[in-house]
Amino acid sequence: MSVLVYAESWEGKFKKATFEAVSYAKRIADVDGGDTIAVVFGDVSDDASSLGNYGASKVVHVSNVSTFSNDVFASALAEIASNENCDTLILSNTNNGGSTAPLLAIKAKASLVTNALALPTSTQPLTVKRKSFSSKGFAIYKSNGARNIITIIPNAIGVQEFGGSATIEDFSAANTASTLTSVSIDTAKGKIPLPEAELVVSAGRGMKAPEHWNLIEELAETLDAGTACSKPVSDMGWRPHSEHVGQTGIAINPQLYIAIGISGAIQHLAGVNASKNIVVINKDPEAPFFKAADYGIVGDAFEVVPKLTAALKAYKANH
Amino acid sequence: MNILVCISHVPDTTSKINFNNNDTEFIKEGLQFIIGPNDEFGLTKALFLKEKNGGTITVINVGGPETEPTLRKALAIGADAAVRIDAPATDGFFVAQQIAGYAKDNNFDLVICGTESIDYNGGQVPGMVAELLGIPFVQTCIGFEVEGSEATVVREIDGGKETLKGSLPMVIAGKKGLVEEKDLRIPNMRGIMMARQKSLTVHPAVEADAGFETEKYERPAEKGACTMIDADNVDELVRLLHEEAKVI
Repeated sequence: MSVLVYAESWEGKFKKATFEAVSYAKRIADVDGGDTIAVVFGDVSDDASSLGNYGASKVVHVSNVSTFSNDVFASALAEIASNENCDTLILSNTNNGGSTAPLLAIKAKASLVTNALALPTSTQPLTVKRKSFSSKGFAIYKSNGARNIITIIPNAIGVQEFGGSATIEDFSAANTASTLTSVSIDTAKGKIPLPEAELVVSAGRGMKAPEHWNLIEELAETLDAGTACSKPVSDMGWRPHSEHVGQTGIAINPQLYIAIGISGAIQHLAGVNASKNIVVINKDPEAPFFKAADYGIVGDAFEVVPKLTAALKAYKANH
Repeated sequence: MNILVCISHVPDTTSKINFNNNDTEFIKEGLQFIIGPNDEFGLTKALFLKEKNGGTITVINVGGPETEPTLRKALAIGADAAVRIDAPATDGFFVAQQIAGYAKDNNFDLVICGTESIDYNGGQVPGMVAELLGIPFVQTCIGFEVEGSEATVVREIDGGKETLKGSLPMVIAGKKGLVEEKDLRIPNMRGIMMARQKSLTVHPAVEADAGFETEKYERPAEKGACTMIDADNVDELVRLLHEEAKVI
């Protein structure tokens, strides 16, 4: 049984989450000795055959569609899945992947499980662990159908290299007219999208005012990390909503999460407790966040953060 | 403008989550249930749209009688009518078929859902409803304005946002940003009194399959003890991040 994977690209380049999704697809395909077929849309400056290194045996390049639209992409993926006889379809749960998957489920008559965190424990019936209760729990889902779509949480499973190569085949999608027209795209240049960031520096009300965020940004820059914030901080307009991590904001699972001046309410923890390592800096030794942390410093952020930035700069200079 | 707002009935954000019966059952006893936070942004947006363009707001939930207080709360906030599809919400596909089944017969200009529910985090109902109805769909929607039947919609993309145009009817899946936190409305006494007079109808479920079933739940692993580091010794933290956590 072959596995189809949506190989998402952004401004002509594959995302890290794409390599993760392709290698995840390959590991499922290997269970039954099937092929891993990656679908690439539009112009990609990255060499599409490089997906072979992450496990793709074939790349289907949809050449007559370039800009993303969920309905057109879903139609093309359904069409290719049917041509290639794929019963398992993999997407990364990015904004684009998450927006496409439910449409694809209906078009391809497949069961959909979103937010998977691990490889399936069984492929027949498909059984997989997924996020539930905003990371306060997990659920093991078992499929009722023979055709399935899995979306995986970026960073949750990891990229694997296989050192293979892939053949490329051009494909013309039958449906290229979206019901929606893109008018403009507005991205913060040079910023790492939060769900993709390996390291995240986050701050809360303990920073006292938005003008103090230079301390946070300098620390993040030193680490090459993304910046995030707590809910009150985004509600007060100190920082944009796109930085709000927590149960009602963005859920993240980086390698390192540094929380500065955030007390650690259960709603905040729900969005970040999947982080592999958590550092908490708070002047209140009773802050509940310390119970969820790996490393803690009790101290004033205005003193500790500049010192930490300096220490990291010194470390980076020597490594 | 007639708007259908899908309301999930979810445990309050402060809830501790526990499981029962050999981890096959989520314990609902003792928990307070609320309108899903993402749905509440959508309901508030619907009120704004109605105030500007007229029309009606219908709220819908797929669930047992226990979800009616949540629907009544949506009526108290300002929805005109509520519909409960009388069936346990087994999975996203099942729920989407129920909502699409109701929407198909009732001519809505706009269906607003939350981007995902905070309990099962499926994020699949809104897109499936759109596809079942054959109308446009915008996920992670943080802006919506309408001129006649033409809508301008803003959605989150990784690292930014995209503005789209399209024609009604459509389905949008909203979250914070569609309206601001400060815009959310708390039901007042008059709203609560009026909600008692508003219609809450119960409809039987249409026949539908579920895509998945839940075999088991798991709780996150307990964290070990936190290693405390002296505020005057940040070099020690750098060392631990390098040698022990291996993240730098």
